[in-house]
Amino acid sequence: MSGKTAILMEDIKKIYHMGETQIFALRGISLNIQEGEMVAIMGSSGSGKSTLLNLIGCLDRPTEGTYYLDGENVSDLDKDQLAAIRNKRLGFVFQGFNLLGRVSVTANVQLPLVYAGTGKKEMEDRVKEALEWVGLSKYINHYPSQMSGGQQQRVAIARALVNNPALILADEPTGALDSRTSIEIISVIQRLNIEKGITVVMVTHEREIAHYCRRLINLKDGRVISDAPVLEHRDAAGDLAALPVEVEAVS
Amino acid sequence: MNFTNNYEVALNGIKANKMRSSLTMLGIIIGVAAVIIMISVGQGASKRISDQISSMGSNLLMIYSGSSGGPVRGASGSVNSLTLDDAEAIGKLNLVANSVPELSTSGNIQYGNQTWTSTVDGTTPKMQGIKQWTLSSGSYFSEEDVTNVSMVAVIGSTVAENLFSSGTDPVGQKITINKLAFTVVGVLNSKGAAMMGQDQDDMIYVPITTVQLRMVGSKYVRTINVQAESENSMSYVQSNVEELLRERHRISDTETDDFNVRNLTSVLETMEETSSTMTMLLASVAAVSLLVGGIGIMNIMLVSVTERTREIGLRMAVGATGSNIRNQFLVESLVLCLAGGVVGILTGVGGAKLISKFAGWTTYVTMYSILLSAGFSAAIGVFFGYYPAKKASSMDPIEALRFEK
Repeated sequence: MSGKTAILMEDIKKIYHMGETQIFALRGISLNIQEGEMVAIMGSSGSGKSTLLNLIGCLDRPTEGTYYLDGENVSDLDKDQLAAIRNKRLGFVFQGFNLLGRVSVTANVQLPLVYAGTGKKEMEDRVKEALEWVGLSKYINHYPSQMSGGQQQRVAIARALVNNPALILADEPTGALDSRTSIEIISVIQRLNIEKGITVVMVTHEREIAHYCRRLINLKDGRVISDAPVLEHRDAAGDLAALPVEVEAVS
Repeated sequence: MNFTNNYEVALNGIKANKMRSSLTMLGIIIGVAAVIIMISVGQGASKRISDQISSMGSNLLMIYSGSSGGPVRGASGSVNSLTLDDAEAIGKLNLVANSVPELSTSGNIQYGNQTWTSTVDGTTPKMQGIKQWTLSSGSYFSEEDVTNVSMVAVIGSTVAENLFSSGTDPVGQKITINKLAFTVVGVLNSKGAAMMGQDQDDMIYVPITTVQLRMVGSKYVRTINVQAESENSMSYVQSNVEELLRERHRISDTETDDFNVRNLTSVLETMEETSSTMTMLLASVAAVSLLVGGIGIMNIMLVSVTERTREIGLRMAVGATGSNIRNQFLVESLVLCLAGGVVGILTGVGGAKLISKFAGWTTYVTMYSILLSAGFSAAIGVFFGYYPAKKASSMDPIEALRFEK
């Protein structure tokens, strides 16, 4: 690990106004995540984990506090500036994949590059490369509806890494998948982290999945209640190899 | 994100919902086609009117004998003042192409056991040139016939139909008009109804001298048709004609004219004004349907924005700015409207052709009406697409991603 700070949050608060009442989603969170870390965020619903992920992902701005992404203060940027940051430095993986069903896999993966204004040739090359990396080079002209859940999530991962982000945010990436496919997807994310050195922040409510990360942050009522390295770290690729081979492998 | 990308994205959006897109376009298609058809019908009517007037001669002056003088003045034509010599003298004036005297009477026409009542119009052969008449058979009578007071007649197509059975060629047949025997020398092609609805084909033309001497017994003529060499010389010719007639009729400066000179310009102007009012009326009715089509676009775009909330959220998450999203939906509605506009223009032009073919109305498709409706449909695309596009662009990405259908 390079030892550079990827995410630095200082006393971040997020307050929602619902008519007269105020909802304190985050009550003061300070975080320091180094480049190349793989962090799991856990917590029951209402603990503020999604709010935190949205803030880290520059989809939202904190009500109070300062957030430095790669050393740059992004807490006061406007919508368009945040969009540019998401476009160039961040990748998202969602529980529900969020692929565009009406367009091909290629069109889905190239979406971030379209908004970045990348040239046609470079776009093709990078889409190809990303799909190859997630093991879907044969599916370039398929449509998401023709693919299994695991494959769709791989397309989403390809989309997240196509713009070479420094940070990938995963919101329950295995929530819609069966256990075997879940481990497959996690192994892809682990590879992203190890081979490409991309920082990963993942929200999950499954403890097993959290064990594939290096660090686990627990939230409760908008506060960090524990933040520690994962002691029983597991390797997804190894676990996958140990699983009994299915007749029809999903890939 | 440039226009090409927007265009591709928009096209995908349209293709993904073919049925809905085509129904939306249908609104614009009908609107644009209606505007084009209505304007073409209106323009056709006004073109027909002006053609008709110019076929009657936009460079034509008509001189009527005037009202009687004295304390109790009669109607126009109540005195006879114009003569064949007047007509001849006018014909010698500068810039006058033709001068044709006219005197008509009504006549009972008989052929075999068929009878018909029609107007018998005494003129000279120059009348044919002025009115641009063509003959379906035979020929017009000649100057010689006028000089010789010949008993010859050129009959209109209505008269021909009513007197002669379809197999018979009227040319050379003997007919009687008011018990006088005439030989038919020519049959005119049908000219259709005149502006005011009179049947222009229910006429018989004979030499003016024949009407004067054999039928009416008068040395006067009712009207003199004067054709100027061009439209521009009309006022010059008119003042010369007035001067000449005053001189010939020995009218002093203090006396009123015993003749009236009229030209068709004022008639033309009135008719054109009427028809352009009609065109505006038709076009505005059609524009309402275009407006309804536009509201349809807005409706569909709003549905589309709601339906694609998650897509919008995702696009924003991967870096689309608000203006990217707004442009995407604007381009989509613009493409819908323009495609609808193009199909509408084709339908409109085709529809106008069909109308003129089957309903027999003159239609006239102008470039102006095509450009107008194309511009209008583009404007509708932007105008009615703007609100839904704005709505899409101002969505919160988090809310949008969480949106459940």
